[in-house]
Amino acid sequence: MSAITIPYRAQLKREARSEWVFRSLTMASAALVLILLAGVLMALCYGGWPALRTFKFGFLTHQIWNPVTEQFGALAALYGTVITSLIAMLIAVPLAFGIAVFLTETCPLWLRGPIASCIELLAAVPSIVFGIWGLFVLAPVLQHAVQPWLIATFGDLPWIGKLFRGPPYGIGLMTAGFVLAVMVLPFITSVMREVFLATPRSLKEAAYGLGATQWEVIWDVVLPNSRAGIIGGMMLGLGRALGETMAVTFVVGNAHRISTSLLAPGTTISASIANEFTEAVGGLYTSSLIALGLLLFVLTFTIIAAARLLLLQIERRGARI
Amino acid sequence: MTKFPSTLTMTLRAVALLGGAMGPALAADISGAGATFPYPIYAKWAEAYKAQTGIGLNYQSIGSGGGIKQIEAGTVTFGASDKPLEAADLKQNGLVQWPMVIGGVVPVVNIPGVKPGELLLDGPTIAAIYMGDISRWNDAAIQKLNPKLSLPKLDIAPVYRSDGSGTNFLFTNYLSKVSPTFSQKIGANTSVQWPVGIGAKGNEGVANQTTQTGGAIGYVEYAYVKQTGMTYAKLLNHDGHYVAPEAKSFQAAAASADWAKAEGYYLILTDQPGADSWPITGASFILMHAQSNDQSTVPALKFFDWAYRSGQKMAEELDYVPLPDKVSKLVQKTWQDSLTVDGKPAWPAR
Repeated sequence: MSAITIPYRAQLKREARSEWVFRSLTMASAALVLILLAGVLMALCYGGWPALRTFKFGFLTHQIWNPVTEQFGALAALYGTVITSLIAMLIAVPLAFGIAVFLTETCPLWLRGPIASCIELLAAVPSIVFGIWGLFVLAPVLQHAVQPWLIATFGDLPWIGKLFRGPPYGIGLMTAGFVLAVMVLPFITSVMREVFLATPRSLKEAAYGLGATQWEVIWDVVLPNSRAGIIGGMMLGLGRALGETMAVTFVVGNAHRISTSLLAPGTTISASIANEFTEAVGGLYTSSLIALGLLLFVLTFTIIAAARLLLLQIERRGARI
Repeated sequence: MTKFPSTLTMTLRAVALLGGAMGPALAADISGAGATFPYPIYAKWAEAYKAQTGIGLNYQSIGSGGGIKQIEAGTVTFGASDKPLEAADLKQNGLVQWPMVIGGVVPVVNIPGVKPGELLLDGPTIAAIYMGDISRWNDAAIQKLNPKLSLPKLDIAPVYRSDGSGTNFLFTNYLSKVSPTFSQKIGANTSVQWPVGIGAKGNEGVANQTTQTGGAIGYVEYAYVKQTGMTYAKLLNHDGHYVAPEAKSFQAAAASADWAKAEGYYLILTDQPGADSWPITGASFILMHAQSNDQSTVPALKFFDWAYRSGQKMAEELDYVPLPDKVSKLVQKTWQDSLTVDGKPAWPAR
């Protein structure tokens, strides 16, 4: 009996060891991400510290960005980052929703594959290409057709008119928002499509069986079932929009100013860094640019954390029902 | 803070060295980093020099700021900057600086019916446009300079370079010299805070935005104007003459400058005297350690000497302006006086 168990035990031991090695390797891979993240955060804090120490809280509340007098405030860049991303989300989310619904519910089967691939191809286009397209193709169209019309139509209205005033430059916050919308569209669409497809067939068929229309099935069955996924997709898109650099730099107008008009030039955090880092001479200037990077890091982190919290809440509510 | 980018660039350099180690001529290669503006001509010189001597030049065009940081850290043999360092900074870091090649910045406009060279402008007027004080092309101040042109009642759309650049520095330096208000409100730097207008990235961005927007004014490097045939404006220079941007007028500005008196060649060639001088001219500079133990120092000086003597035609082909002979002689005197390798004078090379 024991003659048989001894080699068996050895094998068990060997297997246990290889299990341990495997587990350690996977754990190390995961830990590497954490170490990298901590490293980036530390480097940003260390680099941005001189600026934060000099300007203190004013770094967040001033829109002055003057390399000559070495006065730096992040408000204009922060504003531009948030506004361009908001415009992008306002356009991309409904559009992505429409595409995803079409692809999963109403599109003829033979067309689904090609359209889905086309949308995913959009994600493979390098961002510099979007920048060049925005500058050479989209901006002239906006400048000569869209923006004059917007100014003429909405410019004189109370409240909303403030958003559409000033000369039509073609590039500015709005153009950047449009380009970003195109860039984040494939990400949001793919995620939405996946989660719509994940809705149990039986649920949908039951609803149809009860006499629900297609709209009712989408709105009352598919959508509640995929809420978490939709929010996840939106956050993925938002994360990309907030951090996008090259394409935005080309079309945002790169002005450290805050203006109520969406047609006016502005800047974003990543565009400022890309524009100015190479030629930034002097400790405080470079430090302020790195502090901008830290700010973007914190902003993105906060948004992702908020999304997680929201998802948790939805899951909890779902569990209660 | 310097740690962050320099560790990164050092890693890149290490990778580059590993890759280069497979090539034959590594030991003799010269390394430099800095300004993007002179990169095309440095690259062309390097290619021709390598063909002649077998000695290669590895120039990273990472921007003037990066070039200054790298030479301070001693990771390259020379740094290059479009903005000269002041004598005190040079002394503090033990650096020597000299001009290598000249370029100019040219205002370009997009006004219906106005052809290249027809519009006449002076510095204070351009400053007022970029401060938002003059906002229409038919403003009395512009019309006064151009009695022969009938200028339209068109809004001016100022376009500026959004990326930190030597072009920005020269342009704002010139405007600061001729307009006290500009100097006080905006000042001179590689990036400044513009109160009006839109920022476009790079020469091509400014050129494109200016061409697309009716009523636009922008400023680009001379080579860009020459190659694209944009509508440039003539400028009123220090001596009160209107000059067109061309190699001759840039060289006139460089020749009339008093280099001998400028400590550490800290001389910005904007608003120079001379009947033919183009007012927004500037040199691109080279930085090296005064006392070094870098064995590439002498080969680098030999390369610069070769470029001064044989590289002029190549520079002209790319629409850069070579340094006048009398200035390059002066530079060689500086090498002789202030550069040492391992305690021995580095120039003239044996």
